[in-house]
Amino acid sequence: MNVELLVSHYNYWIVIFLMMVGFYILISRGNLIKKIVGLNVFQTSVFMLYITLGKISGGTPPILTEGEAVYSNPLPHVLILTAIVVGIATTSVGLALAIRIKEAYGTVEEDEINRIEAGIEAGG
Amino acid sequence: MTTELILSLVLPVVGAALILLLRGNPNAREAASLVTAGALFAVVLRIHGAVRSGAIPEVVLAEPIPGISIALEAEPLGVLFALIASFLWIVTTAYSIGYMRGHHEKNQTRFYLFFAFAIASVMGVAFAGNLFTLFVFYEVLSLTTFPLVTHAGTEKAKRAGRVYLGVLFSTSIVFQLLAIIWVYAMTGTLDFEPGGILRGVVPVPDGVVPVLLGLFVFGIGKAAVMPFHRWLPAAMVAPTPVSALLHAVAVVKAGVFAVLKITVYVFGIDFVSELGASTWLMWIAAATIILGSLVAFTKDNLKARLAYSTVSQLSYVVLGAMLANSWGVIGSGMHIAMHAFGKITLFFCAGAIMVAAHRSEVSQLGGLGRKMPVTFAAFFIGTLSIVGLPPTGGSWSKWFLGLGSLEAGQVGLMVVLMVSSLLSLAYLMEIPLKGFFGKDAEVADHHHGDSAGHEGHGGHDGHEDHYRAPPWSLAAIVTTAAACLALFVYPEPFYRLMAMVVGQ
Amino acid sequence: MSQHLPILQVVVPLLAAPLCIFVRNGRAAWGLAVLASWVSLGIALALLGQVGTGGVISYAIGDWMPPIGIEYRVDIVNAWVLVIVATIGALVSPYALVSVEREIDARRIPLFYSAYLLCICGLLGIAITGDVFNVFVFLEISSLSAYALIALGRDRRALTSAFRYLVMGSVGATFIVIGIGLLYSMTGSLNMADLAQLLPGVWESRTVRVAYGFLAVGFCLKLALFPLHLWLPNAYTYAPSPVTAFMASTATKVAVYMLLRFFLTVFGWHFSFEQMELDRVLLPLALVAIVSMSLVAIFQVNVKRLLAYSSVAQIGYMVLGLSFATVTGLTATLLHLFNHALMKGALFMAMGCVMYRIGSVQIGAMAGLGRRMPVTMAAFVVGGLSLVGVPLTVGFVSKWYLILGALERGWWPVAVLILLTSLMALVYVWRVVEVAYFREYQGEGDAREAPWMLLWPTWALVALNLYFGIDAGRTAGIARQAAEVLMAGIGQ
Repeated sequence: MNVELLVSHYNYWIVIFLMMVGFYILISRGNLIKKIVGLNVFQTSVFMLYITLGKISGGTPPILTEGEAVYSNPLPHVLILTAIVVGIATTSVGLALAIRIKEAYGTVEEDEINRIEAGIEAGG
Repeated sequence: MTTELILSLVLPVVGAALILLLRGNPNAREAASLVTAGALFAVVLRIHGAVRSGAIPEVVLAEPIPGISIALEAEPLGVLFALIASFLWIVTTAYSIGYMRGHHEKNQTRFYLFFAFAIASVMGVAFAGNLFTLFVFYEVLSLTTFPLVTHAGTEKAKRAGRVYLGVLFSTSIVFQLLAIIWVYAMTGTLDFEPGGILRGVVPVPDGVVPVLLGLFVFGIGKAAVMPFHRWLPAAMVAPTPVSALLHAVAVVKAGVFAVLKITVYVFGIDFVSELGASTWLMWIAAATIILGSLVAFTKDNLKARLAYSTVSQLSYVVLGAMLANSWGVIGSGMHIAMHAFGKITLFFCAGAIMVAAHRSEVSQLGGLGRKMPVTFAAFFIGTLSIVGLPPTGGSWSKWFLGLGSLEAGQVGLMVVLMVSSLLSLAYLMEIPLKGFFGKDAEVADHHHGDSAGHEGHGGHDGHEDHYRAPPWSLAAIVTTAAACLALFVYPEPFYRLMAMVVGQ
Repeated sequence: MSQHLPILQVVVPLLAAPLCIFVRNGRAAWGLAVLASWVSLGIALALLGQVGTGGVISYAIGDWMPPIGIEYRVDIVNAWVLVIVATIGALVSPYALVSVEREIDARRIPLFYSAYLLCICGLLGIAITGDVFNVFVFLEISSLSAYALIALGRDRRALTSAFRYLVMGSVGATFIVIGIGLLYSMTGSLNMADLAQLLPGVWESRTVRVAYGFLAVGFCLKLALFPLHLWLPNAYTYAPSPVTAFMASTATKVAVYMLLRFFLTVFGWHFSFEQMELDRVLLPLALVAIVSMSLVAIFQVNVKRLLAYSSVAQIGYMVLGLSFATVTGLTATLLHLFNHALMKGALFMAMGCVMYRIGSVQIGAMAGLGRRMPVTMAAFVVGGLSLVGVPLTVGFVSKWYLILGALERGWWPVAVLILLTSLMALVYVWRVVEVAYFREYQGEGDAREAPWMLLWPTWALVALNLYFGIDAGRTAGIARQAAEVLMAGIGQ
């Protein structure tokens, strides 16, 4: 693979890096809050993907002015506005759940929760 | 005629509703049972008349899946089965009245209720117009007889119930349903047609027909072909009238009837015999005949012995179907009838012995025949019919089955039939012989004879009716025993119907 | 009015949802929810009728013409799914009244109905829209409200199962957005019909294939295909009874619909089965799901969890039908969408009745209920028979087409496997039945028959199980028509 390809597609590399980081946090961390952070990073990588897709090299912002023929595509931005809203909603529901879990179990660590739940199952 | 067909299904259900309504008054409840049974028999007789004159009434009830309907159709074979089942229902109802009261059974309303449902499903099986309908009523029959099998509610009854449904459902779902859908996938129809529907499939892939036939024979678990026979002995925990009508007549006969009907109307006997598709199944049936008899020998419990005898005898019917020639099919159909009358007599007697003398083991029967002569005489007649000796109806079906196996060129099977007859003579004749000529058996506490699973009975019968079967039951026993004799002289109706089936 | 039905289908529950919060009263909110859900059902049925007579309905939101504007596009396939969702929604909402009062804090009840309506709205939206990004939006509406609904369960484990579902669900949804984004980057379109026209030109591109992969994983997470089903059993077990009944009958069905819509309509049959060989992936997964999950179900002691595992197995049947890649197989899938909704809805509702009376759905606690709650348990028995696939119930009709499909392909071992797993279903249903009918009642609780308000919706579903089992002509006809539409695709 030549270097030029690597460099010219740098936006994708950033996206992939963020995605993996987010996914890794999501899987490896037992703390529910950290999981939500991981999920956020993961989702943000997708926002980046969409936004960079809309950029057309040499294109200007999509505002109707004289003499400019090439615009960046505004649609991905609009879509991602929606996705960001969705992401915020997800985060807030997740955090709300984490608070309720903290109230119910006294902890937000997954392994401790699992231990408590195993105790419930064993005790009927 | 379509009205009668629908009535044959509806009447028992109406009877069931009456039974439920009259549950507060046992006399009225039993009267309702008897009247329904009589009415049903009258309806079937009317259908019989029509079919004998050449009509084939049919009616479509519903169409669950496009192209696949629930349809009723009265053809000679179905009429034969319906006649037997509806007639014996009357007799069994009479017998039950004596037995259930004499035995102080609980939940008698539930008993009569599900009995009526079971008969409705048997009528559905008998008059099924296509494979799908047959399958539906076959499954409904398993479900409706389940509460009868577990009637006692004991741990043993529950275990038996599990075996019962387990074997019947698993064979029917895994083998039978697969075969049915397979037939549909090949032919695009599930209707029963003279000469079969498979012949039209060109070309039938190699080896498919024997496999398909096997799927049906084993998939119809109610035919109790080994190794799927375990449910039948297990079902003996049911009250004796259930064993008598359902597990000697209605349910098991529904199984062998289905095998016969499918062989004749789905495969077509010529098609099967041309391909030799059934040879391997003949030998499995033969093995069941012999093995069933051998196991029966080892059973001391009277009902268990009768159950294994049934396993063995059912395979006669299967064998007749697998011979796939006219004599075989006639013998097969006749055996459905003859064995029904013979075996129900035996079960009635076993129940009478249990109610009157509280004995259930063969070894306890010594000398009992001198105290209960009518019962043991009836048992003797029933035995003759099962073995196939004159002057009983059973000799006819054995005769035709013998002819059939010779026509198929299977001398070996002829030998099997003979050996098995000898075996059944030995294990059944022991009972009346012991009864009449044996030493009085020492039964320490005959009030707690170990019956096949029913809960402790009342145990405080007055001494005056000791060793006397309830009169209702006795009347039933005499009726069926007399029928065994009558069928020797007058097998005509059943023979005619079977002759129509094979087109003679 | 009638030309605006497609948008009303979504707008009615969407507007009723905030109203539920404003009324601040449980009963009033319930009244709104019932009203909105029955209006939705009416609209769904009307749409099915319109599609049946007039063909595909295309509705341009705000008069922005597709493919630029968002299009709601109703054909026989999604009209069918709309009816499924709306039917269950309409039957669960009256059921919820008493059940929710017993299982949820009074002050949260208006919120419950609000979330419930949003969930209905989301699911209907996924089904009705013809725009792939819109699918994602509605997917999140339905998922977020589902997380909240599950978390309302009385057991504290409801919270953790909702959290796990949230994590897995969000990952799934994000995968789907990635897939959609990649498709957009290759075609510049988000309209399904338009995509179906444009995609054949770029079939060979690696991006399209990657998009396909992301979408596949996302959908499979959402529809809980083995081994991506881990969120499902706990979520169904600890959610409040009406939520379980609703979710089990609709959420996974809509996910299956998404899968069918994307892979058959947008990508097309040829791409999915000839180039991507989707069947090779789905067939083994479906078979493993059916067998292993049926097996796991047998050993459960909590009946709701038992039914949840059974759901994962049943989803396997739906995917199996798709993997046959034939009209009969697809018919089986589409038919089972509906039929399984009916049977699982009835079963979970019956369990809700049990929960209402004895406060537990452990098998052991159900001893003697056959006598104590005969109407409820009779519903369970019929639903169970339907699940097993006994003739004259809808379950049989599904199995029939599925096995027919397998035999048409000559895959008789698959047919045998389907039948064997029916037996396993018999075993797990039987375990419950035996305890309920053959053991004496031991609890000291108030085990009377469930109230009428719980029983009638339950029995309405049971009746549908029987009705469409005895006369499947219409359902099978629609399913086959829908299967043909899906097979034909739009573009080709």
